[in-house]
Amino acid sequence: MWKFIVRRLLITFPQIVFLSVLVFIMAQLMPGDALTGLIDPTITQEALEIQRERLGLNNPWYIQYADWVTGLVQGDLGQSYRFKTDVTAVISERLNNTVLLSVVALVFTYLIAIPLGLISGRYNDSPLDSAITGYTYLGFATPIFIFALVILWIFGYQLGWFPTSGSVAPGMQPGTMEYYLSKLNHSLLPGISIALISVVGTVQYLRSEIVDTKQKDFIITARAKGASENRVYNRHIFRNSVLPIAAFFGWEITSLITGTVFVERIFGYPGMGLLFLESIGQRDFSVVTALTLLFGIASILGALLSDIILGMVDPRIRIK
Amino acid sequence: MAFLDVKDLQVYFPIKGGILNRTVDHIRAVDGVSFELEQGKTYGLVGESGSGKSTTGRAIIGLEDVTSGQVLFNGKDVTDKKAKTKDFRKDVQMIFQDPYSSLNPRKRVLDIVAEPLRNYEKLSKLEERKRVQELLDIVNVSSDSIFKYPHEFSGGQRQRIGIARAIALKPKLIIADEPVSALDVSVQAQVLNFLQEIQKELNLTYLFISHDLGVVKHMCDNISIMYKGRYVEQGSTKDIFENPQHIYTKRLIAAIPDIDPKNRERQFKFRQEIAKEYRESYDRYFDGNGLAFGLQSISSTHKVALPEKG
Amino acid sequence: MSNELLKIKNLKTSFRIDDEYYAAVDDVTLTLNKNEILGIVGESGSGKSALAFSIMRLHTRAKIEGEISLNNQNIVKMPKSKLNKIRGDEMAMIFQDPLTALNPLMPIGRQIEENLFLHNKKLGQQGRKKRTIELLNLVGIPRPERVYEQFPHELSGGMRQRVIIAIAIANDPELLIADEPTTALDVTIQAQILDLIQELKQKIHAGIILITHDLGVVAEMADRVAVMYAGQIVEIAPVDKLFANPLHPYTRSLLNSVPTEGQDRLHVIQGVVPTLKNLPRTGCRFAERIPWVDASHHEENPDLHEVEPGHFVRCTCYKHFYFPDNKEEQENGVS
Repeated sequence: MWKFIVRRLLITFPQIVFLSVLVFIMAQLMPGDALTGLIDPTITQEALEIQRERLGLNNPWYIQYADWVTGLVQGDLGQSYRFKTDVTAVISERLNNTVLLSVVALVFTYLIAIPLGLISGRYNDSPLDSAITGYTYLGFATPIFIFALVILWIFGYQLGWFPTSGSVAPGMQPGTMEYYLSKLNHSLLPGISIALISVVGTVQYLRSEIVDTKQKDFIITARAKGASENRVYNRHIFRNSVLPIAAFFGWEITSLITGTVFVERIFGYPGMGLLFLESIGQRDFSVVTALTLLFGIASILGALLSDIILGMVDPRIRIK
Repeated sequence: MAFLDVKDLQVYFPIKGGILNRTVDHIRAVDGVSFELEQGKTYGLVGESGSGKSTTGRAIIGLEDVTSGQVLFNGKDVTDKKAKTKDFRKDVQMIFQDPYSSLNPRKRVLDIVAEPLRNYEKLSKLEERKRVQELLDIVNVSSDSIFKYPHEFSGGQRQRIGIARAIALKPKLIIADEPVSALDVSVQAQVLNFLQEIQKELNLTYLFISHDLGVVKHMCDNISIMYKGRYVEQGSTKDIFENPQHIYTKRLIAAIPDIDPKNRERQFKFRQEIAKEYRESYDRYFDGNGLAFGLQSISSTHKVALPEKG
Repeated sequence: MSNELLKIKNLKTSFRIDDEYYAAVDDVTLTLNKNEILGIVGESGSGKSALAFSIMRLHTRAKIEGEISLNNQNIVKMPKSKLNKIRGDEMAMIFQDPLTALNPLMPIGRQIEENLFLHNKKLGQQGRKKRTIELLNLVGIPRPERVYEQFPHELSGGMRQRVIIAIAIANDPELLIADEPTTALDVTIQAQILDLIQELKQKIHAGIILITHDLGVVAEMADRVAVMYAGQIVEIAPVDKLFANPLHPYTRSLLNSVPTEGQDRLHVIQGVVPTLKNLPRTGCRFAERIPWVDASHHEENPDLHEVEPGHFVRCTCYKHFYFPDNKEEQENGVS
């Protein structure tokens, strides 16, 4: 097993390097550079050149790349032109919010998806199953922002059950219990919106996994032992069908990223996704670059996590 | 000059391991196998799963890479994949075990049987159809079924369609890899009879690969017994069944259930004796790695894997 | 008879295809005694596996009519809860494919213990483990403590089949149904597994139904043999009688299609085994495969006839059957 993990990690490393090169090239292709937002537009061409030289902007690309990577490793993501401060600082503020939102979304995803998938799979081709499958088709067809808007309108504005924007009620004292409850309360509606869409894949996967496992020979063995139908489902079918879902966990992270980008925007939730969209709109390219890199790394690590979980839950891989 | 001459054939599969996934060892699927085939005869290759019998057949026809050794067909070296000329590929055909998966389910019988014809012969549509109908006649599948799909046929019929495809180019050698293992007894009888008939008609040579000693005994002139990639015994059908020398051959023969219940006691005792002999004389027949020794001739037709006398 | 363990009367098992029921097992009547091995032989489509699954009531979507009684309890009408008490305890099954019949994600030990847990609540966790190790020993698995922890994919096919047998015999069942237990195995392993089944029969005194397509296996193992064709038993007899004096045309044809000593050509049965939907439902079901036997020789409603003690044959056509390529028999007729 450890060999498998080490080998998997060895593949991850070049993936991240490749990603960083891509992001670097992308950053180079964007108009302007680190100086664009900082300088006085009236500065002379000579003075500009001196500044450029000082910042290493005239160096060959590979040296610039090396400098950039060195900066990254030390936590230096550059300067935000919009906030006039370190990108690291800008992002870390929003990171907490997005992590909270993601965790809420994940929890709801599994809370909703697993029961639905289990019911749908166990009673396949029943009216209940048709309803659930119908919902998943709807979920596949509906873009997440439309879904989120509908939810916001119903639960936020019409019913007024949840706050409609922000990540915390104004005037809260950070560190108090109320502050954290308010944070949680603000993340619920966007979190559920993401969950309602992201359950779709899990439900369908779980359903087909169960329908498949149901027909396996070892299920007949279990029945022949005299196990009741409930036991057959709980001990043999569900267990064997849910384990592959565990492996989806890492991939779920990737899909969360796309989810948060749109949902944060609609709910005015100050997370990384909203920051990303705003920064694009304001042409704050150093932030865009940094976020792209972070999102990319998150996806790669998510895939890594998936593979490792799969390795741990399946003895056929674990032993090897 | 032998019709097919296989000399010291070795087929190794790499075992990947370690963090860098490099080849750390090899599985010696076929580990130094030699035999000769005479035209018009049936040569049986017997062994249990993992013995390398199928790999041997697949390596000869070119479905596996040969690690070392030589395959001569009509005196020509055809070991290398590149050396497998158009003629060779036409003359040597294969019949597979599973009649359910070896035919493309989306193709009609016409296309399945005509495929080799299309590759090697330029026929007009009409000629092609006539040939396919003739072939289906030979294998006793109603020739009006050329527009049907494989799933519309029974297992035996499918196997015969597979045979029709194999004989479409009038091959000289057919490698039959467990051709009847997936079939019911009565269907098996049909296919075996049929293989014998076309053998006479077309002067075919068979390399008949099977785990079923009863079938092999019925079909073959010469038999080799394979175990873990090596031959343990080679001889005429009579040699193998009436005078088995290697303990593994004896075990195989003892394991065949006897179809006459009167022999039950005798068979049971025989099996126990063999089991005892196997335990007691294991070292005489297998080397330190549990593999067979090299073959020693004990008569003009009969060879057994025994340690060299000395 | 007090020795009688299982009694099946007029069993009919039907499956639904396109809104209609088709019987895969049709009018099967048989008995099995304690400490007896009954071989059931037939080709695919004969209904032999459907029969086995009916006895265990393992079909999920089938209509079962007639009577199956195990120790005088009718299984056909039994409520599910009662059935689950019997399955795995009084009756158990050995399956064909050792590669798929075990849960791939559950350690071997747990799979055997599950059966103990379900039927023997008194046995504690320690007791279950002890018994499991004992069972692994009994079925000839070396180093049982280690295998206890292992997963199915770590064992060879033969070893897995032993595990499946261990599961089946965990609670000393009175009825053991073995559905093609050696078909997926190599011959030398087959011999070992068959020996094991014989040995266990002596130990647990179970009645065993051995389902197979292999006439050799039946000849070696069974005390009595039933031959099935198209959902029906066409011949049933003590093993020596069946092989020495086979009567039904199907039994004889089948025996003649197996390669044996000094046979030049194998006998081929005309036509194909009919599919479930196309099974003949009236008259002699084998009639269409022996068209040279005059129609008048078949019974209208073929029944099993006792021709000698314990030897039953369906339909009277056997009296007039001959192999068409055997001139002598054709002229003299069969005695």
